[in-house]
Amino acid sequence: MSENRSQANLASPDASGVGADPPIVELRNVGKHYGRITALKHVSFSIRKGEVVALVGDNGAGKSTLVNIIAGALAPSVGELLIEGEPMRFRSANEARQMGIETVYQDLALANDVPAWANLFLGREIKRRGPLGALGWLDKKAMIGAADEALGRTKIRIKSIEAKCGALSGGQRQAVAVARAINWGSRMLLMDEPTAALGVEQQHQVGVLIQAVREEGTPVLLVSHNLPQVMAVSDRILVLFHGHLVKELATARTTTDEVIKWITGAGLVRQAAS
Amino acid sequence: MTTDQTPETRPEDQAMEDIGALLGETNDDWSDADDDAERTPSNLMRLLGFLAKGEGGWWTFGVLVFICVVFGVLAPDFFSRSNWVATSEYAVEYLMLALGETFVIATGGIDLACGAVLGFSGMLSAVVMQSMLGGHADTLLITVVGVVVAIATGAAIGLFNGFMVTKAKLTPFIVTLGTLGMATGGTYLLDNGNQVSNLPPQIATLGTTIWLSGWLPVIFVVAAVFAIGASVLLSRTRFGMWTYVVGSNPLAARRAGLKVDRHLIKVYMLSGMLAGVAGVLVTARFTIASPIAGANDELDAIAAVVIGGASLFGGNGTILGTTIGVFVVSILVTGLVLVNVQPFWQQVAVGAVLLSAVMLDQLRRRLAVA
Repeated sequence: MSENRSQANLASPDASGVGADPPIVELRNVGKHYGRITALKHVSFSIRKGEVVALVGDNGAGKSTLVNIIAGALAPSVGELLIEGEPMRFRSANEARQMGIETVYQDLALANDVPAWANLFLGREIKRRGPLGALGWLDKKAMIGAADEALGRTKIRIKSIEAKCGALSGGQRQAVAVARAINWGSRMLLMDEPTAALGVEQQHQVGVLIQAVREEGTPVLLVSHNLPQVMAVSDRILVLFHGHLVKELATARTTTDEVIKWITGAGLVRQAAS
Repeated sequence: MTTDQTPETRPEDQAMEDIGALLGETNDDWSDADDDAERTPSNLMRLLGFLAKGEGGWWTFGVLVFICVVFGVLAPDFFSRSNWVATSEYAVEYLMLALGETFVIATGGIDLACGAVLGFSGMLSAVVMQSMLGGHADTLLITVVGVVVAIATGAAIGLFNGFMVTKAKLTPFIVTLGTLGMATGGTYLLDNGNQVSNLPPQIATLGTTIWLSGWLPVIFVVAAVFAIGASVLLSRTRFGMWTYVVGSNPLAARRAGLKVDRHLIKVYMLSGMLAGVAGVLVTARFTIASPIAGANDELDAIAAVVIGGASLFGGNGTILGTTIGVFVVSILVTGLVLVNVQPFWQQVAVGAVLLSAVMLDQLRRRLAVA
């Protein structure tokens, strides 16, 4: 059901007036308190079609809290989350996913002992038509074909779609996880530290993946410590500091040094001084 | 917000970044270890790894052929009809238990109770059938009731196991060790430790009929049909796929919306039901229900599953591999009898094959999986 809806949205011809559309995801004054501790305070931003937005910040700046709120795993204490202009209240990550917010977790959430194609269909297996299907008989051919196509869209070549996930490299596994996320007509892709455990070549592959997703018009919210990558792939950079969204930078008009200044809070000092 | 930090904190951040990059690279080295030429294993290790790679095991099949050849040379009777019938009948109970055990082990669990469940459900169904024989019911109907009782008993114990594993969050080893004890004691309590021999004639017919001019015992056909069904279930259906996924990465399964607990309960019930069927087949084979039926069978069943290529960590295992494993164990036992080796050596041989299988499994993990 959710697929139909989001496909309809993708089909709406609005290439000219992107600015007129409501943002895919918008946060208005979102905050989260744990008792007297404030993890997140008055955070507002929006993400539009085809954008790659990076979310950076030091450990404890509130990134995980924010990610969990958008992914539906955590309810905000105050504020509003809007999906294409409609206010939402997710009670679980499953609900967020049904609304098209797909999250690629740091650990990728892949089953290493089953083939790549099966991982693309976890919990959404295609069954055969007819009585055999009613008994749970899987339509492997259909799933392999669809998985092949979805992986093709990621621009990453993988060893074999029938190889077990555990036999793939880190970048290829990332591709499987991303292909799974974008295969269901997702509205937005949330990537949590995708390069944390990857080498240089595989970090590059993740960059390719993000570009491929962007080209399809699906916005990406990239949470990362990896500043070179953030500078290379993002359009905008949001900086969190002690639970506040302290700065929004256009990637094309900033430098790594400036981003670091805002992450460490040094930018705030300068702002206060001037 | 505005702390006393100054823009000069920059070198520290650079250092942090460097450390991060270092850590990242180190991780990469680990994850791609087998792509590197430096860690190339020796040729022997490679060969063993290749043999171990074929899951559901070509190497297990090789072992099976090897022991057949050895016994065939040592004992001319090995390829006789009588030895085949003895071996296939012997294999029935282990095959039935190992089928369920394959599913349980694929989820990363273990069912130590299956042998005891075989005994308990077989004995309970025999007691029920015996008591019904006093009345006027048709013997065929009594047999059917007996089969249903055995399967329902197995299902009930499996449900209990699954419930304790998923809802009470106890480890499968402890849960099934508990039900192993309870079911064993219960078996003796049912008829005060006596055998039950007053059974409907259909039970004896089931156990003694051999088709294909004396080559194909019917109870073996029943077990083979269950094996084919289990193979289809595990390799072709969503149930089987979920079994592997739950064993491979339970967290990923939950995130993908799979009902992990419900699936685990079903798997333990399946194992119990197959043990229930095995209970009837063993009763039929000996045309008597004995309280010692099934005792310690779980160990050979687990051995067969592991010899067949499954890993106790879950996520893999195939019915074909398990079936080969069951025949390796069964042929070792009946073959050693044929070559007049003291029967006590049978368990030693099964244990040795089991250890070799586990060592190969470890090797496979090191060599074949990235």
